[in-house]
Amino acid sequence: MKIDPNCRYRSSHEYARKDGAEIVVGISDHAQESLGDIVFVELAEVGKTVAQGDAIGVVESVKAASDIYAPVSGTVVAVNGELEGDPALLNKDPYGKGWLVRIAPSNLPEWEGLLDPATYEKEAAKE
Amino acid sequence: MPYIAATDRDRKAMLERIGSGSVEELFSDIPASVRFPKLKLPPPLSEMEAMREIEALASKNLSASSSAWFLGAGAYYHFIPAVVDALSSRGEFLTAYTPYQPEVSQGTLQAIFEYQSMAAALLGVEVVNASHYDGATALAEGLLMAYNAAGAAAGARDKAIVCADLDPEYKDVLRSYVSAFPIRLEFLDLPPEAAAARSDESTFCVVVPYPSFSGTLGDIAAAAASAHAAGALLVAHADPIMCGLLKSPGELGADIVAAEGQALGNPMSFGGPFLGMLGSSAKLVRKMPGRLVGEARDSQGRRGFVLTLTAREQHIRREKAVSNICSNQGLAMLRACIYLTAMGRSGMRKVAELCWSKAHYAAGLIAALPGYAVPALTSRQEFFKEFVVLTPIPAAEIAQKLARRGVVPGFPLSRYYPERTHELLVCVTEMCTKGQIELLARSLEEAAE
Amino acid sequence: MNLRPESLVYELSSPGRECVSLPACDVPPARPPAGLMRDALELPELDELTLVRHFTRLSQKNYSIDTEFYPLGSCTMKYNPKVNEAAASLPGWRNAHPLAGDEFSQGSLEIIHSLQSWLCEIGGFAAGSLQPAAGAHGELSGVLIIRAYHEARADHKRRLMLVPDSAHGTNPASCTMAGFRIKAIASDSEGGVDMAALREVLSGPEGAQVAGIMITNPNTLGLFDRNIEAIAAAVHAAGGLVYGDGANMNALVGILRPAEVGIDVMHFNLHKTFSTPHGGGGPGAGFVGVRSDLADFLPGPIAAKGEGKIAYRLSMPARSIGRLKSFYGNFGIVLRAYVYLRMLGPEGLRAVAENAVLGANYVKALIEGTYKVKYPRRCMHEFVAQGDIAEGVHTLDIAKRLIDLGFHPPTIYFPLIVPEAIMIEPTESESKETLDAFAAALLKIAEEAKESPELLHAAPTTTPVGRLDEVAAARNPVLCYRR
Repeated sequence: MKIDPNCRYRSSHEYARKDGAEIVVGISDHAQESLGDIVFVELAEVGKTVAQGDAIGVVESVKAASDIYAPVSGTVVAVNGELEGDPALLNKDPYGKGWLVRIAPSNLPEWEGLLDPATYEKEAAKE
Repeated sequence: MPYIAATDRDRKAMLERIGSGSVEELFSDIPASVRFPKLKLPPPLSEMEAMREIEALASKNLSASSSAWFLGAGAYYHFIPAVVDALSSRGEFLTAYTPYQPEVSQGTLQAIFEYQSMAAALLGVEVVNASHYDGATALAEGLLMAYNAAGAAAGARDKAIVCADLDPEYKDVLRSYVSAFPIRLEFLDLPPEAAAARSDESTFCVVVPYPSFSGTLGDIAAAAASAHAAGALLVAHADPIMCGLLKSPGELGADIVAAEGQALGNPMSFGGPFLGMLGSSAKLVRKMPGRLVGEARDSQGRRGFVLTLTAREQHIRREKAVSNICSNQGLAMLRACIYLTAMGRSGMRKVAELCWSKAHYAAGLIAALPGYAVPALTSRQEFFKEFVVLTPIPAAEIAQKLARRGVVPGFPLSRYYPERTHELLVCVTEMCTKGQIELLARSLEEAAE
Repeated sequence: MNLRPESLVYELSSPGRECVSLPACDVPPARPPAGLMRDALELPELDELTLVRHFTRLSQKNYSIDTEFYPLGSCTMKYNPKVNEAAASLPGWRNAHPLAGDEFSQGSLEIIHSLQSWLCEIGGFAAGSLQPAAGAHGELSGVLIIRAYHEARADHKRRLMLVPDSAHGTNPASCTMAGFRIKAIASDSEGGVDMAALREVLSGPEGAQVAGIMITNPNTLGLFDRNIEAIAAAVHAAGGLVYGDGANMNALVGILRPAEVGIDVMHFNLHKTFSTPHGGGGPGAGFVGVRSDLADFLPGPIAAKGEGKIAYRLSMPARSIGRLKSFYGNFGIVLRAYVYLRMLGPEGLRAVAENAVLGANYVKALIEGTYKVKYPRRCMHEFVAQGDIAEGVHTLDIAKRLIDLGFHPPTIYFPLIVPEAIMIEPTESESKETLDAFAAALLKIAEEAKESPELLHAAPTTTPVGRLDEVAAARNPVLCYRR
């Protein structure tokens, strides 16, 4: 199970990484492995305002479909258009090319409240 | 005991292996006070006796094949070629299960793929699913599909405009299906193009029948344009036989097309099983409920077919599924597949041409009878195989009188709309002969005297 | 099995070929306006022999009850009697129009009314409807009835439905379609409803919002939940209703009437317990039965007693939840179930449950030394084993290898609460020889899993296609023939 030390995590397996003024959101390596080969990704539209915990998309594999929840509140400023043609990116490089959305956070302290990498790794290992 | 292979000796051996003293002991978890009830059911019959009883009961029904038959209104008497029964009754099709193990279900899966392809061509859409329970539920699921596609969570668009001249049973089903959602159904007594022109920023879809329940054809292209201009989707209900001759609703701009496929190789069977057809443009496919079959390859590159996009369905999404539908109408769909293959492009066109010609001939004869009128002719509206007749005496009375002459003249609209006492919905298909049509006209004339 | 590749109907098409002959038009021909007519219709053109060979060959690529043992747990793949087909083919049924009028439909109405009554008798219910077209449709009716019941009492806060986490996916999906929120209730160590968890919810702050509970008994592990009466009592005391999912009724016909243990509304699947054919995925038919004070809410129209010459008539229940489809249900399927019950009678029905439960326990006894069966209690008509019998081997591999040995695989990966689940339901139709052969096959596979697992991973190899790339199929769906 790969953990990106620069990210913080939700127990529902989303990660949030600071990049400049924005937060990059995706799903962890553990999540992509449990889902299996990703076949389709549906994401919220650019411009959408979300509260922490709001659903911002769905990731589908052949055997499962997982809702994606916003790790922080803010506005969606970008979505990863590459995933439409190549959803496998999520499996191959979940923390890099397989990113899902970028959020301009409205309440940055929320990021601190997320799980740190070590805690997330322990929780995910228990599953 | 019928249909049970185990003998007493077999049971004894099985109980020994299980380590149980008796069959009753296997049910010891059942609360004793309610265990082994005496069911008040009739005693069993032998096969011979059962068939005799069934034949006697069947003879108490009026069969369309024994009358001059002009009754439609949602269930249609069309020709079914012999190949449909012969092939669909094969045990390998009839007694197979849902194709969850694709390697041993290629027969069923390929037939579904072929049906999806032919139905898409017929309805003028890019994708058709493996079917719903009937045309009414397909239309309801199509409406919910449009609601989901509009971004249900956004909440802004919550109104569906529906043409009121839609089969009343369909309207009831729409109401039942949307009752749990914050959807407003607005029924407008207007033709499709006028109804669609009323779309506004709260409208997520416009539902139009083509043809209407009265049998008339509206301007679907204009309806599509109006709906789209207002940001709404057009959901059309089609007659699949009519699609063999006329431009399909899909071709005319409908985004979602539902239809009743009973006319395609399925008997009327007192109302079921029928065949709900549902199709849409490719971009709406992820919102489409029901089963979908797609092409796939195995590791040797061999082509096969498999249930796909299953993550939408109830067994994976559970409460977040687009619909709760689990089954499709398997065998009814297979019959439609064989029918469409047997008819082919020329047969479908011919059947529709026969319906059109015979219906227009009948309408002409009836319109010429004293006391009778056919509004579609007087107001120059186009119609396909059904048309409303205005009668000089109550239509229900006419139907009663004609039943004795072996003529079922149509559907008295008062049975759905009590105030419309002098209106009869007449249906003419390729099954009606010239002689029967002329008998109908003569009988109507005599009934009014 | 036919292993040769079969072309699509479009690939067998040749311009100008015709199959069906239609009569010439015997009335003056009329044409639609040119602007309405379509230019092209992309349907295939085949001659009749090619068509017959095509569909016959396709049928030979299927496993079916008529050809193989099909122990699909929760599906009840019993024999579909041929007499049902013979009965259904009579013109009096096929050519019966649903709007012909009560007077001209007495045969059909008597069939529907009789089956309504008999299924009520079997379940212990006061009234029922055969309008639902399938089990899931019956479930939707049931939860809509529960909603109507609370609305009629002006109790509008009951928006929560309790659903065990072992439930079939249609349960929560039906709740959503009826406007309910779902609260999952954990299973106890025996796969039954966790009573402590249930009581906690009912007595907690959400208790007053509970509209009811959806229960499957025997549960999806094939075990009879011995707490059923306590569950029903607890939910009733909190003001809710109990919905019974009747998918597993094959274990209970003639053994228990669910209404007598507190089930208020229940659906039966005619295509499971009552022998109607599965048809490659449908059509099915659902019956929904209710206790007497819910009868007014049933979906309709239903068949009721008439007067005088009209012995039976169609009737809409007084406060019906409405129509859930056009007309009265899948009559052709209802008719088959009627014939089945006429052939069985009450003793035949009880024998069904007895032999179904006996057969399941027998197969369990034969394999439980090798395959882990988590719950060693007596099972009912089905049981769940686990496929984790060797390193690197999964339930999927076992299923595919069973195909090579001539059996349709059991249900796999359901229920979700058991890892590597294999759910086996033999049904009462099968001979002891078949059960022995099936168990022997499973034991052989268990050995292969240790000695030569590559046989499992490569399986199936005796079918027209091997394992298909479902990921590629879902990423780039091809759902339609394109030239």
